Amino acid sequence: MALEIMEGSIAIAQAVRRCRPKVVAAYPITPQTHIVESLAEIVANDELDADYITVESEFSALSACVGAVASGARAYSATTSQGLALMFEVCFNMAGMRLPIVMTIANRAMGAPLSIWNDQQDSISLRDAGWLQFYAENNQEAVDLHYIGYRVAEDHRVLLPVMVCFDGFILSHTYEPVDMLGQEEVDDYLPPFVPKYRLDAAAPVSMGMYATPDYYLEFRYENDLAQKRAIDVVREAGQEFGERFGRDYSALIESYRMEDAETAIVAMGSICGTTKDAIDEMRSEGKKVGLVRIRCFRPFPAEDLRAALGHVSRIAVLDKNVSLGAGGTTARGAVGLEVRDALYGSSIPVLDYIIALGGRDVRIDDIKDVVAACEAGDGDRFFGLRTEVL
Amino acid sequence: MALNVGCTAPPGRARENRTGSWRVFLPRFDHEACSKCGMCQLICPEGCISETADREFVPDYDYCKGCGLCAEECPKHAITMVQEEK
Repeated sequence: MALEIMEGSIAIAQAVRRCRPKVVAAYPITPQTHIVESLAEIVANDELDADYITVESEFSALSACVGAVASGARAYSATTSQGLALMFEVCFNMAGMRLPIVMTIANRAMGAPLSIWNDQQDSISLRDAGWLQFYAENNQEAVDLHYIGYRVAEDHRVLLPVMVCFDGFILSHTYEPVDMLGQEEVDDYLPPFVPKYRLDAAAPVSMGMYATPDYYLEFRYENDLAQKRAIDVVREAGQEFGERFGRDYSALIESYRMEDAETAIVAMGSICGTTKDAIDEMRSEGKKVGLVRIRCFRPFPAEDLRAALGHVSRIAVLDKNVSLGAGGTTARGAVGLEVRDALYGSSIPVLDYIIALGGRDVRIDDIKDVVAACEAGDGDRFFGLRTEVL
Repeated sequence: MALNVGCTAPPGRARENRTGSWRVFLPRFDHEACSKCGMCQLICPEGCISETADREFVPDYDYCKGCGLCAEECPKHAITMVQEEK
């Protein structure tokens, strides 16, 4: 293993190069820009044999990828926030046509008000589009999830697109040591894309044909079945990755110091690094606190969460998104809603904290404050509101 | 018809969607009044009106959606839209 200190975005670009996409189509947008700039250089320097399609919008970027994957080519794109919102229609088409791709999301807040800073509202808002969604805690994991992403997406039991989400700026612009696999290692792990159907003038087909009311429900059911089959495919691909390279991604969730935990924090992404440090401090102060980190949000690991959280007294969910208007007079984010759903019927209280929106920094003391609030039964609210400006 | 992954289909499969079931009003053709101008065949957005060997214009009711354009355009008022009993 050879660790290199690299910016997160550059590491992603280098990982994508090793995945050998035949087509890259992307539109630059902060904080995703360094990824696609770097890939443009890589293609221009003949370090990757790919067509780099410069487009006028994110809608065109993902549409070009739809065409590329439909013709049987491995494709790649990356975006964030407003760019992802502009892809909304194409995202549903890509999943409905069962076209596998990996797209990096450098998570960023949604406007208005305009914010270039990090939260996870962008990808969370597309949770029902049919894509698999992975959330990385650090740059090593973000890199590795691209290899795993293509393996899972292109598996014929799945055939669904994958979003690899990593926190904008916090990860994308941070230099961390990363173990970049060699090209041969990636080639061995990730075989060439074998499409189930492809556009071919010699044997023409139409894709995503319209379905009358007699058929549409069944197509949506099959999409959902593919998501469910993906649970095992993710486990297999993650386990094989661990056996080959020493980093095991077979679990859809990660449990940290959960053995005898009374209070469990549930979260996704880079906030989990800070949370682990906070847990270490609280543990040394005698507090029994643990973390369950959701790495795979779609498909949602409901059974795994029930098993990991069944023994705790209370759960604090950190949501870097908000489902505006959800929860009656209280506040909810998507992760809190789904964790509560997974635990339906149990008596364990699940309290939601809307936190770190639009790049608001979260520190160890904030996590400790969340735990104290959760112990007092005070949650389902925005956390860290500056009441003096309200 | 079994589902293909991603709603992928060979050419011509749209024919299996018999859109005639969408119809509420059905065009009835009066061949005595017809002047054989062929306007109904030209105007039909489904392309489902054809001319027989006896020079009669007839719709294919498997696909006619009952839009009524043929009746609207017919210069001889030889096509009448009637509510269909199903």
